[in-house]
Amino acid sequence: MKTSMSRRQDIQSNQLAQYERMLEIREFEEQINALFAAGLVRGSTHLCQGQEALAVGLASVLRHTDVVAATYRGHGIALALGLTPESVLGEIMGKTNGCCGGVGGSMHMCDMDMGLLPTSAIVGAGIPIATGAALAFQTQGTDNVGVAVFGDGASNIGAFHEGLNLAAIWKLPVIFICDNNVYGEYSRIQTTTPIEDLHTRAESYNMPHFALDGMDISAVQAGVSEAVKRARTGGGPTLIEAKTYRFAGHSRADQALYRPAGELEKWLERDPIKVTENAFTAQGILTPESIKQMKSSMKETLEKVIAVCTQAPEPTLGSMFENIWTPTKGSR
Amino acid sequence: MAVMRFRQAIVAALTDEMRKDPTVMVFGEDVAHAEGPFKTSEGLLAEFGPLRVRDTPISEMAFTGAAVGAAIMGMKPVVEIMFMEFLGVALDQLVTEAAKLRYLSNGTLSVPMVVRASCGSGLGFGSQHSQTLENWVAATPGLKVIHLSDPQSAYSLMRAAIQDPDPVMVLEPRILYGERGEVDTSITMKIGKARTLRSGKAITIVSLGQMVNVCKGAIEISGIDAELIDLGTIVPWDKEAVLESVTKTGRLVVVEEAPESGGWGSEIVAAVSAELFNSLKGAPFRITTPNAPVPYSGILETRFVPTQEDIVRQLKHAIETGEKPKTWWQLEGISQ
Repeated sequence: MKTSMSRRQDIQSNQLAQYERMLEIREFEEQINALFAAGLVRGSTHLCQGQEALAVGLASVLRHTDVVAATYRGHGIALALGLTPESVLGEIMGKTNGCCGGVGGSMHMCDMDMGLLPTSAIVGAGIPIATGAALAFQTQGTDNVGVAVFGDGASNIGAFHEGLNLAAIWKLPVIFICDNNVYGEYSRIQTTTPIEDLHTRAESYNMPHFALDGMDISAVQAGVSEAVKRARTGGGPTLIEAKTYRFAGHSRADQALYRPAGELEKWLERDPIKVTENAFTAQGILTPESIKQMKSSMKETLEKVIAVCTQAPEPTLGSMFENIWTPTKGSR
Repeated sequence: MAVMRFRQAIVAALTDEMRKDPTVMVFGEDVAHAEGPFKTSEGLLAEFGPLRVRDTPISEMAFTGAAVGAAIMGMKPVVEIMFMEFLGVALDQLVTEAAKLRYLSNGTLSVPMVVRASCGSGLGFGSQHSQTLENWVAATPGLKVIHLSDPQSAYSLMRAAIQDPDPVMVLEPRILYGERGEVDTSITMKIGKARTLRSGKAITIVSLGQMVNVCKGAIEISGIDAELIDLGTIVPWDKEAVLESVTKTGRLVVVEEAPESGGWGSEIVAAVSAELFNSLKGAPFRITTPNAPVPYSGILETRFVPTQEDIVRQLKHAIETGEKPKTWWQLEGISQ
């Protein structure tokens, strides 16, 4: 089994590995539905089919010493940043091999070695936290950056506005990435927000901002690189709006019946997996045969992961009392 | 040993910790250039500079969240919530983020941050600027909660809070900021360790914050041989010290500056009642404020919090009869 560090290194400059990671995320999310049906996953999950290019594109341009505050729709970013499928699925199944030892669940991914801060189940909460991580970097004099990835819905919560304002006045090395997948829970963004282009909200914070095609990994890499470069060199924060689409519903129970007829189909034409296949085939990186082969071997790999996680031990009762306080000498 | 005002003891604690540990930083509304609305950060900007001492916008959610982010990335932020009520707009970051990140990182993260807040009644600030509100945070595993009572605890417990690896909420009774007292900067205090301020045999009084002075006054004017415990820390509270004291006195009263319902004293009374039931000489009880917002009128606000005289009346009743005394509002014929 590959370590998370080597998985992270794999995608740094290897386009084939980047495509493969996108495939892994897609296939992983598809499998989660089946595991729910089989009763092996509790609670709820929030899947990210359609948003793979953003996750992998972002991870491929960051260092592992940068930190990312992401959300409850976080399986894809976790896998992209390098977390092993075992540690992500183990967590979703509540097992001890999960990245959080099984006490977190689907909404709570974390691996500080890969710069993944604990993903938050509260809309917008990661924005001030990534801002604070950037505050630490600025105060310590390092050139690491903080990244907050959040949905379109988060652009209406106070934490977004307060966080952007604070980052702007202190010129903090932080990149705000609004993953505009068109729906905030069950509501279309246009019904909850009076503007079309969410990135323009940065205007009032005097912050550089732009939109990019979140279905195209090369557009993601170019845009995020520009913002990262600005942050690393003292130029302060950037707000990026990645235009994506959530192919699945908000969460497990949501069949997304509120979508206008034809909308999903239209976006599926821009499926980031297909967009990447077309681009990489044109560049000679992929062939129809290699795509077919990679897809089938990915299925096999994930079947093995599921078997490992199904067999993995359940947490002990004692684990619910752990990691509440930091152990100190003479602590109670 | 020096005589300091309560607010100066806070400044001294912050200064000494910042000199000792370059990762300690301070931010909040008007804490840098104005040196704090209550002058609790005097001299910090001048000595430590604008990277470590920062004014923030009126933006509690952002700066409390920024403290969480900075804490997990190696800093020890101390943030100031000007009035405890303002924590309301930032509560998510403290209760749902700071308190959970160690847990949700499988123990790989610590969140060494301090949230200071001025609190309490007595200065005519009205119902939205006078509450103590410890119960907002006390029921959240992952947070530690301190409530200061005098300059010595302000110095020593503040330093303990900053040194602590977990998120600590420190409540500062606003009415005490100008109060003078002896401070020995060589005294260290531990979070979770109560102080017995007076030994006695007749009854155990457990209190904290500005109520400690009121309890002292009640003991003085009544001559009752009470044992007075300043709890200091609400989470984790010093059960051992309280049980030991009540084992000796057989009686317990908790004096709280908070509404009767849901106050921290309920926890103390419940634990003592359950653990020492057979050896008690009387019913453990609480002296609290009514279940009402803090009123503005001086006449009303003075009666709203437990007074010396009312504490004396209730102590005497409890010691003489072993029964729970009536509240002053019950005596006035008001039922709640």
